[in-house]
Amino acid sequence: MADGYNKPIPIPQPESDHYWEGAKAGELRLRHCDDCNQAFFYPRNICPECGNNNTSWIVASGKAKVHTFAIVHRPPHPGFMDDIPYVPAIVELEEGPKMATQLVNVTPEPEAIQIDMPVKVVFESITDEISLPKFEPA
Amino acid sequence: MPVMDRLKAISGTAAIVGVAEADEIGRVPDKGPLELHAEAGRNALADAGIDKSEVDGVFTAGYSTFDTAEYMGITPHFTDSTSVGGSSFVIHIAHAMAAIQAGYCEVALITHGESGRSNRARASGNPGLAGAQYEAPYGIMGAPIGYSMACRRYMHQYGEDRTREAMANIAISTRKWANKNPRAFFYDTPMTFDEYHDSRWVSWPFHLPDCCLVTDAGAAIVITSAERAKSTKKGAVRILGVAEGHDHSVLHQMPDLTRTWGRHTGPQALEMAGITHSDLDLAMIYDSFTYTVLVTLESLGFCKPGEGADFVANQRTAPGGDFPLNTSGGGLSYTHPGMYGIFTVVEAVRQLRGETGERQLDECKLAMAHGTGGTLSSTGTVILARD
Amino acid sequence: MPVMDRLKKISGTAAIVGVAESDEIGRTPDKGPLELHAEAGRNALADAGIDKSEVDGVFTAGYSTYDVAEYMGIKPHFTDSTSVGGSSFVIHIAHALAAIQAGYCEVALITHGQTGRSDRARAGGNPGLPSAQYETPYGIIGPPVSYSMACRRYMHQYGEDKTREAMANIAISTRKWANKNPRAFFYDTPMTFDEYHDSRWISWPFHLPDCCLVTDAGAAIVITSTERARSTKKGAVRILGAAEGHDHSLLHQMPDLTMPFGRNTGPQALEMAGITHSDLDLAMIYDSFTYTVLVTLESLGFCKPGEGADFVADQRTAPGGDFPLNTSGGGLSYTHPGMYGIFTVVEAVRQLRGETGERQIDDCKLAMAHGTGGLLASTGTVILGRD
Repeated sequence: MADGYNKPIPIPQPESDHYWEGAKAGELRLRHCDDCNQAFFYPRNICPECGNNNTSWIVASGKAKVHTFAIVHRPPHPGFMDDIPYVPAIVELEEGPKMATQLVNVTPEPEAIQIDMPVKVVFESITDEISLPKFEPA
Repeated sequence: MPVMDRLKAISGTAAIVGVAEADEIGRVPDKGPLELHAEAGRNALADAGIDKSEVDGVFTAGYSTFDTAEYMGITPHFTDSTSVGGSSFVIHIAHAMAAIQAGYCEVALITHGESGRSNRARASGNPGLAGAQYEAPYGIMGAPIGYSMACRRYMHQYGEDRTREAMANIAISTRKWANKNPRAFFYDTPMTFDEYHDSRWVSWPFHLPDCCLVTDAGAAIVITSAERAKSTKKGAVRILGVAEGHDHSVLHQMPDLTRTWGRHTGPQALEMAGITHSDLDLAMIYDSFTYTVLVTLESLGFCKPGEGADFVANQRTAPGGDFPLNTSGGGLSYTHPGMYGIFTVVEAVRQLRGETGERQLDECKLAMAHGTGGTLSSTGTVILARD
Repeated sequence: MPVMDRLKKISGTAAIVGVAESDEIGRTPDKGPLELHAEAGRNALADAGIDKSEVDGVFTAGYSTYDVAEYMGIKPHFTDSTSVGGSSFVIHIAHALAAIQAGYCEVALITHGQTGRSDRARAGGNPGLPSAQYETPYGIIGPPVSYSMACRRYMHQYGEDKTREAMANIAISTRKWANKNPRAFFYDTPMTFDEYHDSRWISWPFHLPDCCLVTDAGAAIVITSTERARSTKKGAVRILGAAEGHDHSLLHQMPDLTMPFGRNTGPQALEMAGITHSDLDLAMIYDSFTYTVLVTLESLGFCKPGEGADFVADQRTAPGGDFPLNTSGGGLSYTHPGMYGIFTVVEAVRQLRGETGERQIDDCKLAMAHGTGGLLASTGTVILGRD
């Protein structure tokens, strides 16, 4: 655990306990609707498409491509003061759903990052309970 | 789906009869948000020539109607605190029209007040929401970051240089309007294209002038039936068309980062009013960011997807141009306390009444006011007309 | 003031066609509030036989419509997140009636979900609200303290023993109804008058059984036009009358601690429906506390001020009595997650449909559901009728 971590920390909820346990164990877990036969994000027991409860958990491959990103120069929260410029992103997972994340191990320059660039998940441990799935160039 | 036959039957059955800001807007450290609500409410009622005791419908967002009504000493028979961020006060107009038509109330007061600049305390978030778990931990917090990420996607689809040119055009033309509005934050501060391009990054691809102001401000609107409107001080600005809705909450759930829900609300409001885009004399489009305007003009159908850059080229939207846009100076250069939507309506009504001095348009009979709330999430469109 | 001619025209033009609770209610530590919203919403739509894709109006409180709609995968054309505490979901019915009549939407879904019992985190208060400065510092925090202060005033005006007797009668009769409802928290737990009087104090003059439960629960309602209602699974429960409003926020601002706003909403809803008190077969009156019921019956006009004790005497409101009241077991003995109002409507609809098993009342054709929100502040009254 990083000492003095002062950025927002997720508080697991009933629907997301399993998701955050997975992240701690190094797995990106997704909800899957067994009726629609498709994965969705963020975790819900009820499928947002068909409304049924016939949902299960799958482990994602961790492969994704960059859907979009920005490069933040003015921190939105004091915790990110030492991180600027940092690169928040939306990535499209191989399984279909999009999720929000940060790109790491990239140069925070517009030219250094391409839309549709392949990336893969890495896990950053921020507390004893929480690891954040982030993405780096594949 | 909305039922157009019914909508057409209520088109024009209610009217805006009063609009106002709080006494002071911009930086107001000595007044709290509820006081800004109350000032704006009092001023809008004075503008309408309607006594506070007649108000029976109270609409607000950010606070509950409990708080605003009690603060102002109003006992409402109809209340609406629907909150969808900056578009709230625009969709309240649709709600007020239905409430008046239904008979729930006769005089609706919509108030706004926020100390965006001088806030002494910020509310803490709900950890159970998707944003708190799946976006905030990555530093995806606050509007500039989410909107800049959407903008980057637009650039990918339609070209970075073209998009940048459009954003610069919008920032500059909006500033020129603000230079004609004495209440605008940047009234005395012109801006050149070079200054735009040389300004610092907030969240790339957004320069500082791509982003709205953060101010203290309040505003209010009075709405009543077309009948009751006849005996108000300044007469009716009729509500001809309204529409609202949303298709996501957090950014990564947005179906298409380059199309807002305006794709539904623009056409619905225009059809309900029985007019087309070219009939409009003024467009007040929520400008939280330059990109918001670009993507909204396309979504509303003023031009096709990807053609927004051509649409706003050559300062066409500036004073003297043939498409007057955000004539108050907008959220970018006039005022933006957090949920700016109500100010699009205030300016539209004033232009329709011919009250805007140096920035007054010749011949302003039909105007659109359009709000956007959340992270490009909720939109509300209204079509207003001078009797 | 509300316009009765108009209200009468829309009376009955929309109908409740689906109601439901979440799969489980009471204590659900494994489910979050949004999940309870979604479960209840899905169940209510199933009850109506309407597909989720048809929902175009979303109404909720506690959460924004952003959160609820996104969670459920709904893209609404009309949204209402008016929040006035526990009465919210009752006044949403009035709002939905107007929205459908106006043509904004055809199928309105009202959802509720709260984990009052199992919450993992509580939102911090807004230090800018007057209550944070003028009531909280004195320990006037939470409904039991405030409502008990109002009750003490009532006792002063009308006599302590009389008031106590009324409160005991309400607590016991409501428990008896709960003993007939398998989903009630206190289904298996009867209560005697002695047990009531011997129970511990929460905030004098309130005993523990004067106070509602704190549970986890969700519920939802589907509303559509009476036309569309014809082809739903269980047919229409028509919305004949609706009214809402409030006259204060903080307790110390309440004009008369013994006379809530129901004094306006009761008469308006009844007149709009074209009926009188004696036509009603069932009254579902929000029972956050026994005192809430007592003072609400008087304000709604079921009896005169100070006569409530006589009105509820001799277990007249219990099973077998001639004034069936809160037949689900109410907030006192069935469920109360925080904003209970929606459950008054769910039970009223089920009684009107004849779906309530052992507690079913004979010949239930007209019912009133009445919500109270805030500190005896907002009230919403609806009159429902079986086709």
